[in-house]
Amino acid sequence: MSAQEKDGASGMDYLQSMPRRWVTMYIPIGIFVFVLLFPFYWMVVTSLKPDAELLSRTGNPFWIIKPTLAHFEKLLFRTEYPAWLWNTILVSVVATVISLAASVLAAYAIERLRFQGAKPAGGAIFLAYLVPPSILFIPLAAIVVKLGLFDSRLALILTYPTFLIPFSTWLLMGYFRSIPYELEECALIDGANRWQILVKIVLPLAVPGLISAGIFAFTLSWNEFIYALTFVSSSESKTVPVGVVTELVEGDVYHWGPLMAGALLGSLPVAFVYSFFVEYYVSGMTGSVKE
Amino acid sequence: MKLMLERFQNSRNALGWAFMLPAAVLLLLFLTYPLGLGTWLGFTDAKIGRPGEFIGLENFSFLITDSVTQLALFNTLFYTIVASILKFGLGLWLAILLNKNLPFKTFFRAVVLLPWIVPTALSAIAFWWIYDSQFSVISWVLMRFGLIDTYIDFLGDPWNARFSTIFANVWRGIPFVAISLLAGLQTISPSYYEASAIDGATPWQQFRHVTLPLLTPIIAVVMTFSVLFTFTDFQLIYVLTRGGPLNATHLMATLAFQRAISGGALAEGAAIATLMVPFLLAAIMFSYFGLQRRAWQQGGDK
Repeated sequence: MSAQEKDGASGMDYLQSMPRRWVTMYIPIGIFVFVLLFPFYWMVVTSLKPDAELLSRTGNPFWIIKPTLAHFEKLLFRTEYPAWLWNTILVSVVATVISLAASVLAAYAIERLRFQGAKPAGGAIFLAYLVPPSILFIPLAAIVVKLGLFDSRLALILTYPTFLIPFSTWLLMGYFRSIPYELEECALIDGANRWQILVKIVLPLAVPGLISAGIFAFTLSWNEFIYALTFVSSSESKTVPVGVVTELVEGDVYHWGPLMAGALLGSLPVAFVYSFFVEYYVSGMTGSVKE
Repeated sequence: MKLMLERFQNSRNALGWAFMLPAAVLLLLFLTYPLGLGTWLGFTDAKIGRPGEFIGLENFSFLITDSVTQLALFNTLFYTIVASILKFGLGLWLAILLNKNLPFKTFFRAVVLLPWIVPTALSAIAFWWIYDSQFSVISWVLMRFGLIDTYIDFLGDPWNARFSTIFANVWRGIPFVAISLLAGLQTISPSYYEASAIDGATPWQQFRHVTLPLLTPIIAVVMTFSVLFTFTDFQLIYVLTRGGPLNATHLMATLAFQRAISGGALAEGAAIATLMVPFLLAAIMFSYFGLQRRAWQQGGDK
């Protein structure tokens, strides 16, 4: 891919004059990047501004005159934000691990064991991926209540795999497909059973796939909103997105500083994870679309 | 015992179904079953804490005449169509820009995805503040340049609110469309462009007759997902407007939540959610058959 990129579709760009490049490339891309990043800049600026500056219309709003950490202090020590953060981490990690384990087994069975019914099973998994949470949350709420899980983190841990498994299975199937059969056949001749083949041969080769599926699953559970909003009602079991939206707003008084600080802190972990694995992320995303 | 274990391990079918078991149990219990239950609930009069009885089509015949539901349906279609067109156009443009030889190309590609990574509920809060009726930074800038006299009421006026929420949705959706289409662009062989350039094609003709046809399969997949996500959107509206002002931004999903969870009318909410299904199926079928037609035209058996 890199060779193709180097002398790729843009190989004839040198024919364009410099002013033309500015108009057709640099300026549009500058506007795109500015608009896409501005809300994040605004989050940072707002979370560091003292209230007096936030609620003044005179000064230049793009800059901070007296930066303050008061909003972060309020958020971390006078709200339940640390508990929400802990809930989100716990729910995301456990849901991701469960989903990955189930997806690895399912993807291997569909792609490599090719049991009777593997094709329909693969199709069903893809269809499951197309079912949006917005049409599931009402009956799921009824089920969660019936199972006695309402208002618990377990409710989220058990329901998140419904959108994580279809997605990760689909992604892993693509990775498993790229592993040559010969490797498995050799292992079979050497007397390995299917489980050993999966653990010792297929999984080590599919590590990039596992990483991208894991990051995707983690981000999706971290960002999940509608289930967390519906199945949890007490403040101490909420996740960060729901907690910030429902608990930091008191009546008509919006505490913009702490709100933005909460939004920023809640976004940082996913941005952090993502920045480390951006290559896997982009390749995973494009791989799953290429299917 | 040992013999049985061995036979089990060598049987593709038994082993296959055993491997499928964890995923199948979770999906059947928390996806298939609720899907059926939701449809059933729509035909009952269930409330929160009270199992309902079958009442036939009563919910649906009420909802069809209910002006708020009609408005929500209109809003959802308007929101989906306008936002999807914008996401497609701008996303394709951004993908083409990112496919060129830019300085800091990798940096740009990484940074552009950020709106898509960050929790929507949290970035929606940033938009909430940007759209504030008294302290909006957009209004401040426009005032400075003398373009407006009073601050814009972004979320208080029905049409302003519709376009403000659409803008936030487009902002969030562009990265997904752009990066996916970028992956498609990179699979197009440069020789097509060289050949067409030798034949004297203009850049627009290259785009129209080389890029677009080769990109169509990926466009169909990406836009199907984009339309599905947009049609069933919930978080953005819930955070920014809760459906207001005067229900002008209520989508089917937010209305279903309001009726079922906040209002307690579980069955009515489930019926509203069920009403979304035909539209989703239509969108999926449309892109599926669109894809097939393309494959047939290209003589492929993909």
